[in-house]
Amino acid sequence: MSTATTPPAGPGAGEEATPPTGPAPATGAPRTAAGPARRFPWTDVVTTVAAFVLAFLVGAVLMIVSDSDVRSKFAYFFARPSDALAASADKVGGAYGALLAGSLGGVGPITETTAQAAPLICAGLGVALAFRAGLFNIGGQGQAILGALLAAYVGFTLHLPPGLHLLVAIVAGLVGGALWGGLVGWLKAVAGAHEVIVTIMLNYVAAGLLAYLLTTTAFQRPGRTDPISPIVDWNATFPRLAGTQLHLGFVVALLAAVVVWWLLERSTTGFAIRAVGANPHAAATAGMSVARTTIITMALAGALAGLAGVQAALGPSASGLPVPLSAGIVGSIGFDAITVALLGRSTPLGTVLAGLLFGALHAGGLAMQSVAQTPLTLTTALQALIVLFVAAPALVTKLVPFVRTRKAHTSGPVPQGGLAS
Amino acid sequence: MTEADPAAPPESGLALRGITKRFGSLVANDRIDLDIRPGEIHCLLGENGAGKSTLMNVLYGLLTPDEGGIFVDGAPVLVRNPKEAIAAGIGMVHQHFMLVEVFTVAENLVLGREGSAGFLSMRKARRTVRELSERYRFDVDPDAVVEELPVGVQQRVEILKALANDAKFLIFDEPTAVLTPQEIDELMVVMRSLRDEGKAVVFITHKLREVREIADRITVIRRGAVVGTADPTEPEGRLAELMVGRAVSLVVDKQPTERSATPRLSLQGVSVANAGGQVVVEDLDLDVHGGEIVCVAGVQGNGQSELADALLGTLPVTTGTVTLDGARISGRSPKEIIDAGLGFVPEDRQHDGFVGSFTVAENLVLNHFDETPFARGIRLDLARIRGNADERVGEFDIRTQGIDTPVSALSGGNQQKVVLARELSRPLAALVASQPTRGVDVGAIEFLHKRLVAERDRGTAVLIVSTELDEVAALADRIAVMYRGRIVGVVPPDTSREALGLMMAGVPTEEALAAAAAAHRGAADDGVPAGEDLT
Repeated sequence: MSTATTPPAGPGAGEEATPPTGPAPATGAPRTAAGPARRFPWTDVVTTVAAFVLAFLVGAVLMIVSDSDVRSKFAYFFARPSDALAASADKVGGAYGALLAGSLGGVGPITETTAQAAPLICAGLGVALAFRAGLFNIGGQGQAILGALLAAYVGFTLHLPPGLHLLVAIVAGLVGGALWGGLVGWLKAVAGAHEVIVTIMLNYVAAGLLAYLLTTTAFQRPGRTDPISPIVDWNATFPRLAGTQLHLGFVVALLAAVVVWWLLERSTTGFAIRAVGANPHAAATAGMSVARTTIITMALAGALAGLAGVQAALGPSASGLPVPLSAGIVGSIGFDAITVALLGRSTPLGTVLAGLLFGALHAGGLAMQSVAQTPLTLTTALQALIVLFVAAPALVTKLVPFVRTRKAHTSGPVPQGGLAS
Repeated sequence: MTEADPAAPPESGLALRGITKRFGSLVANDRIDLDIRPGEIHCLLGENGAGKSTLMNVLYGLLTPDEGGIFVDGAPVLVRNPKEAIAAGIGMVHQHFMLVEVFTVAENLVLGREGSAGFLSMRKARRTVRELSERYRFDVDPDAVVEELPVGVQQRVEILKALANDAKFLIFDEPTAVLTPQEIDELMVVMRSLRDEGKAVVFITHKLREVREIADRITVIRRGAVVGTADPTEPEGRLAELMVGRAVSLVVDKQPTERSATPRLSLQGVSVANAGGQVVVEDLDLDVHGGEIVCVAGVQGNGQSELADALLGTLPVTTGTVTLDGARISGRSPKEIIDAGLGFVPEDRQHDGFVGSFTVAENLVLNHFDETPFARGIRLDLARIRGNADERVGEFDIRTQGIDTPVSALSGGNQQKVVLARELSRPLAALVASQPTRGVDVGAIEFLHKRLVAERDRGTAVLIVSTELDEVAALADRIAVMYRGRIVGVVPPDTSREALGLMMAGVPTEEALAAAAAAHRGAADDGVPAGEDLT
């Protein structure tokens, strides 16, 4: 990685820069010269990596402390420290080894990671897009449920030809999420209702709606008394690469990231979204409609979260079979999405990377539980620690002096955490 | 620092020696030497971005200099944070007050000095406020809640805070930017009484009139370096030249133009309510013809801001109509009004004028990014947007590292150039500009004024809202004085300052003109401006 990384104080604009000695009497300040384009955010990367290392260190401590076997060895630490240290190393090494093997060790684990990452990426994009417009979308969960609900309904009631069926089901899910999100935007624009409250409440409504519908004849599988729907048609299920866990849904998620990037950086809609997010007053003064932008953004964010629900409803199970709709279909995707977007600094690329990381932690966590007998909750703790350290860069620079010296070099603006409102 | 240094720090007072501060490749302060003596008002004069604020932040411990040292009474002191600065006797009166608005004056004074035992001595704080207030004739009530005080008095609370810390050196960072003309006069009285009590006052500004009025000594900073010291008796032109580095014309060169027969911007019986529902503009009539500049003068808070917002459509016009080239624009959305040909320079550019995190190029198309040359369908044409930016940056002499630099990194004057460049880059029927040169340095003011006059010469109706009488006098073809939401009268630009001042206080036109003329006659038998009423 040591290619052309010019130092921050780069000598790029040689002749324009006034030498420190003898102030030139020129009337024109250096301007419009080859100013340094957006530099690669090395500080961000270093801080993020340091945050990971710290999170895994704290995670290791948690593992040692929570394991009674290892703890018992520490009881006679001063008599024979090697016992305790060896046991700790075994424990930590075994667990992290299993985590790594379960997420990256071979085709199976890697594709399991992609399968876990796909819905996280989609929902993360939904949260990130809303962040960019200054909206805090806590409603990914509800929007994902609506997406799953409609996609699955289309998936098991209609019986269309291959390709078309999948497409219609996806569109239905997108529309479901968009309506659920758009409603929030509309309420905010028209009635001034705060999106945080409305999205949280709509999460409950969506969960209740799903639970209720699963008891109605339209959704409940004939002959069953428990809340479960018929299984989605094969035609409406994401096709899977034979022998792996990689399915078309992951490609759809990456495509969604590209679309969001294009929308934000290359379209008039994205321009308005970013302007309203960064300074709504200036945006309004420039003639943009803040209300309209809010509604559009929330509808788009909802559609993306809805796509996460589509992934859950139409993605094949671990054994490669289509799945039915159930009350817990989307898990906690909508909430994990918030951390994914935060970790990804609300950019599409960052969200994809963060989604992959969390996907890997999910996939590896399962392996860690079965192979190293480490509780799955530890991965949740790890995720939380990573986010904690990433969200508090000042803490990381305090704890890791190396990062501080790097920071002193670049005097760029502090990266936006994403929680701006 | 060697012993034989000819520029050894003096025995008394505050001295800076060889202060250098770099930000990346930018040298914000280049080996600055400065002596501040007790009992003097020392003006630090320089354009925005010249490095005055950086220097003062170094002095106040908010920035650490790369080289150089600070000396108090000849001894070096280490100032690594504001606490150490305060301990060294340095007090700062910030441009944006550092006050807790819902606290009383006395409570603000106690803030940060709560005492180790956790006890608040409010009685002592109140006494301190009363004592200091009496000694310097501040007239501040210790139990008044800060947010209920006028801006000028809030500033005195800031000064009190510094004085309560036994500050010997008081730094005023652009203190007049937020004040009305009367409040500025009061501040000058306060500064003089501080000086007479033996305090050293550092007054940072770029306003020449104020400098000449109050300074004992002037140090001029340009591009991070001290370029010279000046005497307050020097003419304004000479000071401006030192500050900008070239001759500056302070008089706007304005040729008479053909005024359009019919008004292009017309207001009839316009009333506007503010966000709180209070009627702040009442039944206002005003016509602005093509090819003329009408200035709305008045003390801040007499409805001018709301009037401007209503013209753009961000505040609703409750009654009456506004027409642009005969077509009604009141009741339409800002977007429609902008498209109808209204250019708008908002009063608070940081807040309303641009998106700070957006690049120069993006801000230059902020209100027409979705129109034909810059967008096809919903696709932005980045090449055209960049091309437009290159052109505007050249045309308006916007000093920026590049068109991809965020506007927040530019100096105030250049930010305002971005706003004006954006508005003037399309054909306009009328231009509404509020405080077009507030917080802008002399060099940029000259440029901005020229562009406003050029726009008038192109046949645009130009309406300028300004609280600076100098600006009003320099630009206006007609002056409309506003008081409590109404127009007191419309007078020609050569109306005397006294008359304008009286009108701004609500005195009817005839009376104001007569009173001002009488005062003048008393002083000298000079030709008094005719001052006929044009309404």
